[in-house]
Order: sequence, then C-alpha cells, then structure tokens
Amino acid sequence: MALVDDTRIEEAGFRVSEATAGDFFALLKPRVMSLVVFTAFVGLVAAPVAINPLLAVIAILAIAIGAGASGALNMWYDADIDAVMTRTANRPVPSGRVLPGEALVFGLVLSALSVMTLGVLVNWLAAVLLAFTIFFYAVVYTMWLKRWTPQNIVIGGAAGAIPPVIGWAAATGSVSLESVILFLIIFLWTPPHFWALALFKSGDYARAGIPMMPNVAGEASTRRQIFAYALVLAPIGVLPWAMGYTSAVYGVAAALLGIGFVGYSWRVFTMPDSDRVMKPAKALFGYSLLYLFAIFAAYLGDSVVERFLSMGGL
Amino acid sequence: MPEEKLELVTLTDRQKKARRNRSVAIGLALGVLVIIFYVATIAKFGPSILNRPL
Repeated sequence: MALVDDTRIEEAGFRVSEATAGDFFALLKPRVMSLVVFTAFVGLVAAPVAINPLLAVIAILAIAIGAGASGALNMWYDADIDAVMTRTANRPVPSGRVLPGEALVFGLVLSALSVMTLGVLVNWLAAVLLAFTIFFYAVVYTMWLKRWTPQNIVIGGAAGAIPPVIGWAAATGSVSLESVILFLIIFLWTPPHFWALALFKSGDYARAGIPMMPNVAGEASTRRQIFAYALVLAPIGVLPWAMGYTSAVYGVAAALLGIGFVGYSWRVFTMPDSDRVMKPAKALFGYSLLYLFAIFAAYLGDSVVERFLSMGGL
Repeated sequence: MPEEKLELVTLTDRQKKARRNRSVAIGLALGVLVIIFYVATIAKFGPSILNRPL
C-alpha cells in the first residue's frame, strides 16, 4: 500500500497548482493598478523637486507593485464573496485557478518587497505611506469596513486616494497641501463612482451580503448622496487653480469636467424609482472614470508646461 | 522492519506546463529586481561612484 495516495492528498486539502503567471498577474488587479500608476505619476511629476528619472521609474514601479499586492490580499480574503458576484466570480481565487494560500503569500511577499524597495532606493516617507496604503486597503477596508458599514467605500476610498501623495513624497521627501488636494479629489470622487456601480449592481452586492449604500439606505438616499458628493467634488477639482498651484487652463478644464460630473449626477438624482435599466447610473460610472483620468491629465499637462516655460521654453 | 515506500505526486502535463510558466516568470522577475538595484545604486551615487582611492 502506498503511504500517500492521490485520494488522501486531495482529502488533506493538498492540490498541485495549475496557476500560470497570467493568473498571478490578474491578482494584482491591473486595471486598478493602472489608475494608481497614473495618479502616482502625476503626483511625482507635479512635485517641485526633480527626481532622477531612473529613481522615478523605480518609485512608480514599487507603488504599482504595492497597490497590486494589496489587490492580491483583497482577493485572498474576499474569495467567498467574489464567488457569488457576477462581476468577480471569474477572478483567479474563486474560479480555482489560484489557491487561496498562494494568493496570500504572493500578496505578502510583494507587499514587503515593494515597501522595502521604495524605502531603500527612494525614501522612507514614501515607503511608510505605501505600507500604510496596503494595510489600510487590505486590513481596514477589506477585512473590516467592507462587510460592516455602508460607509465602506467612503472611508476605504482613502487607500485609493493616497498614490499621488506617495508620488509627491517620492520626489520631495515630504507631504504638502498641494498633494493633499490631489488626495481629496480622488477621495471625494470614490463614493459617487462606486455608488453609481452599486446602483445597477445592487443585486450582486445583496447576494454577497455586502452592505453597500443602495442595499442599506435605499436607492433614493444613494442618489441624493451621489449628487451631494458631486457638488463638493466639482469645486475641490478647481481648488489647485484657485490656490495658485496651476494655470487658468487647468482651472477651466477642471471647472468644465466638474460641471459635467454634477450634470451626470443630477440625472442619477432625478432618475425615477421605476427605472431598472439605470442608464443614468451607468453613464455616471463611465463618465466618472473619464473625469478622474482627464482632471489628472490636465494637472499633469499644466505642470509639465509650467516647468518647461520656467526653464525658458525653447 | 519493512522498507517504507515513498510515493511521489506525479504531475499532469498541465501542471508541469503551469509550473514551468511560473518558474520562467519568477526567474525574469528576479532578474529585473537585480537590474533595478544595480542601476539604482549607480543612479544614487552619481559620478562619485568612480571616485575611489586606488
């Protein structure tokens, strides 16, 4: 008789992994990572201190890997609820392609590696901020807030909003009011963005038992809150110009984008209760992605042009 | 005392292919990490990296 046979191995919970490198890459949530990379890059470039380009690339890479690591830890912990939501059922852990233990170790190793790399090669303030972001997303948001309160994405949104502050800290070794305003833009953008998604995916969240705002406070209250956040977000978007950090070109672009955000939110606010297709909510979700990308692109463009002109132009 | 026979797990072709795929990715990632630390060290020192007593 064999000491160990296949049946007993399976019974003991041991399974040989069939995960590919692509599955592990999917654990990093590449689409979320791309937004993190972009906003961190804007923070780094907009900072008044020029950083060695090689160290800048390494800083962005470390921030991206750190953000990805927190995504892997999130997928490890949330595999049970990901499995019952259509949007997430095909993720590597719930679909069985990656074992939960693999996702956990992968997330922990990359977290340590990204923070240490940023600290040793760039600076320790940026590394501490990255470590805090990973902790906040993986522990405070994923393990605590997400299943406990409808304010989950409001408070948890801080994790997604820190990357430009980390980028700024990587270049300057400090945190300034200017970088905090960039934080505020993403922080205030997060609730209307996710609540728009939660409105037309409320069935998914209800099945998973996640207390998203539409499931707890109702759709009418969520629509009101989306509009309220849009009214606060629009002027905050213009604040960098009002405080003299950017030119009027950015100010006009941010104002127009903000008016658009308020307009899309107004359509969600006035959406009839009987509307089950929820086209205004889907439109706001799409526009919100465009808004964040465009306002940071405008900020980036403004910073680059201003620096170019201050160097005497051509 | 009877000699204990140790049975090893035989990997399927799919498992072998996945393992090879992961091994290549880990190797590449480690290579990139080495290059990053090498290049970053030179970048941090700047020209003074050449300034050493002979």
